[in-house]
Amino acid sequence: MRTITYSQAIYETMREEMARDPNVILIGEDVGAFGGVWGVSGDLVKLFGEDRVRDTPISETAIIGAGLGAAMMGLRPIVEIMFADFLPVAGDQIVNQLAKARYMSGGKARVPVTVRVTTGAPGSAAAQHSQSAEGWYMNVPGLKIAVPATPADAKGLLRTAIRGEDPVLFFEHKMLYATKGEVPDDPDFAVPFGQAAVRREGADVTVIAIGGMLPKALAAAEMLAGEGISAEVVDPRTLVPLDKDTIIASVRKTGRVVIVHEAHKRLGPGAEIAAMIAEEAIGYLDGPIVRVAARNVPLPYSPELENFVLPGVNDIVEKARDLVRGRL
Amino acid sequence: MSVKDYSKTMLLHFYRQMYLVREFELRAINERRAGLIPGFIHSCVGQEATAVGACAALEPTDVITSTHRGHGHLIAKGGDPKYMMAELAARTTGYCGGKGGSLHMSDFDLGILGANGIVAGGIPIAVGAGLAFQQRKERRVALSFFGDGATNEGAFHEALNLAGLWKLPVIFFCENNLYGEGTPQAKQAPVADLAIRAAGYAMPGVTVDGNDVLAVYEATRAAVERARAGLGPTLIEAKTYRQRGHYEGDPMVYRSKAEMDEWKRRDPVVGLRGRLLAEAGIPEAEIAAIEQDVQALLDEAVAFAVASPKPAAETALAGVYGDTHGGLVF
Repeated sequence: MRTITYSQAIYETMREEMARDPNVILIGEDVGAFGGVWGVSGDLVKLFGEDRVRDTPISETAIIGAGLGAAMMGLRPIVEIMFADFLPVAGDQIVNQLAKARYMSGGKARVPVTVRVTTGAPGSAAAQHSQSAEGWYMNVPGLKIAVPATPADAKGLLRTAIRGEDPVLFFEHKMLYATKGEVPDDPDFAVPFGQAAVRREGADVTVIAIGGMLPKALAAAEMLAGEGISAEVVDPRTLVPLDKDTIIASVRKTGRVVIVHEAHKRLGPGAEIAAMIAEEAIGYLDGPIVRVAARNVPLPYSPELENFVLPGVNDIVEKARDLVRGRL
Repeated sequence: MSVKDYSKTMLLHFYRQMYLVREFELRAINERRAGLIPGFIHSCVGQEATAVGACAALEPTDVITSTHRGHGHLIAKGGDPKYMMAELAARTTGYCGGKGGSLHMSDFDLGILGANGIVAGGIPIAVGAGLAFQQRKERRVALSFFGDGATNEGAFHEALNLAGLWKLPVIFFCENNLYGEGTPQAKQAPVADLAIRAAGYAMPGVTVDGNDVLAVYEATRAAVERARAGLGPTLIEAKTYRQRGHYEGDPMVYRSKAEMDEWKRRDPVVGLRGRLLAEAGIPEAEIAAIEQDVQALLDEAVAFAVASPKPAAETALAGVYGDTHGGLVF
């Protein structure tokens, strides 16, 4: 085990997979000489050359389409879209082409494309550079959606995505890049999709925390413990596929659930998770299913306004406390 | 080019393929009316020379992307009318097992990366295929068919820009049939010759008579040679005409009978037949034999589709993903 950052974990995985398989390439805006606008691709262009690490024009439709066509011909492209907010620029290529190519062909097209994309609010980046787009794409069959929250998961889930057979939207939260954690040394270390992680065991309330909200949920659980409330924190790790079993087991144990994400509340990932819990475990609930999420407005620029709109540690603590105390 | 510059084998190949495309479309239209085919048909009647001329310049290892008006492209690239008809009839034996239909037929073994329901949707995909060929230093090319309407989509411009920038082995093949759905090209673009759009992407732009299969073949052959030599992409604009509606059932109130009659006089299939008889000296009986052969092939295709099973309902759930993680993705 080594302790490295989330950003380093992603960089290392790309480096290892590119060294292992000549079919793995990286294409995107500023991924080469710049090293990635978030610094994630670093020196990959020096290690693998401009042929395999390609800077593209600012041209999201062409980037996704190029990844898809190259994948059909046998490559395993990693394509980087700089901000989740830019995914809709390539809307057709993602929703109608990438997601559906396999199915429309009767299962014959192969589309191993990993779309690395940054998500979440880095602070005063305002309405077009701060969004959490995970939920938008959960409604599109054919895509897989990974939301790594720790360096080990960033590494292990990315490896699964690159070696897999399907298009994956791999959401990297900007505020997690500098976070550190232990990562196994095994060069084949991979985290399977569809297996949630219980990050903290608890008895009174389940807090399901997605992506960048995990550190906040863990901080909230610590504060709740100080008040005598035992919170269990579950990290789904992938939203498609979703590990229903782990979530349901936790909810059955605690009888209460708070779902936390940075995406907007209305039809965010929590809406699907809440509906799933209602369908499959409502009889075990001792209170309403609670969602803590961004308010339903575009993200504002002002720090005061942004803080008001985004969910924080205190929001989680208050909601969980009220739920456990029977005040909801 | 004159027909005298081509071997008889080649000329008869062109004619057979064009006649097959034409008759496949007419059969499909009839079978749709008769109830065998449940979905849309956007027929390519009148555009046989573009599909056949372009694909004749390709090798079997080259690939194409196609459009909503794609039956001709598929046949010209080697698609089997049996599996195409079965797909149109939504049968398990069809190219996509009944999951794609007319708008999404593909055969990866034949290098057919898919028809496409989205105008310009296939163009960036062809660029990606070209990227893979360049990356692996393979001498293959990707040819993307699209219509005049697609050249007004952003995807067209992004794809040409990237291919021009990276000198990818891609042929951008525009079938300018003068109409984007029900609106004439003159009301959709401020330029008459769409080939000039190539200039912005540092590639040659060529306009050819799209109803002349030999002109189409020569232009495509030059573009393919250029691409294989590593010199990059070409935009070909082939001017042609969609003789039927945008889709079967289109009332076609937006164009005149005089215009349609004029283009019927320039029908590519009838025109080539006449040239084979008059200029190449091929006997009528030889041509008639090819036509009979094609009709028999199509009888067989329809019979195959009719006899093929419809898919079991629950098979709708298969084939979304390569890895299903034990069924978790559903």
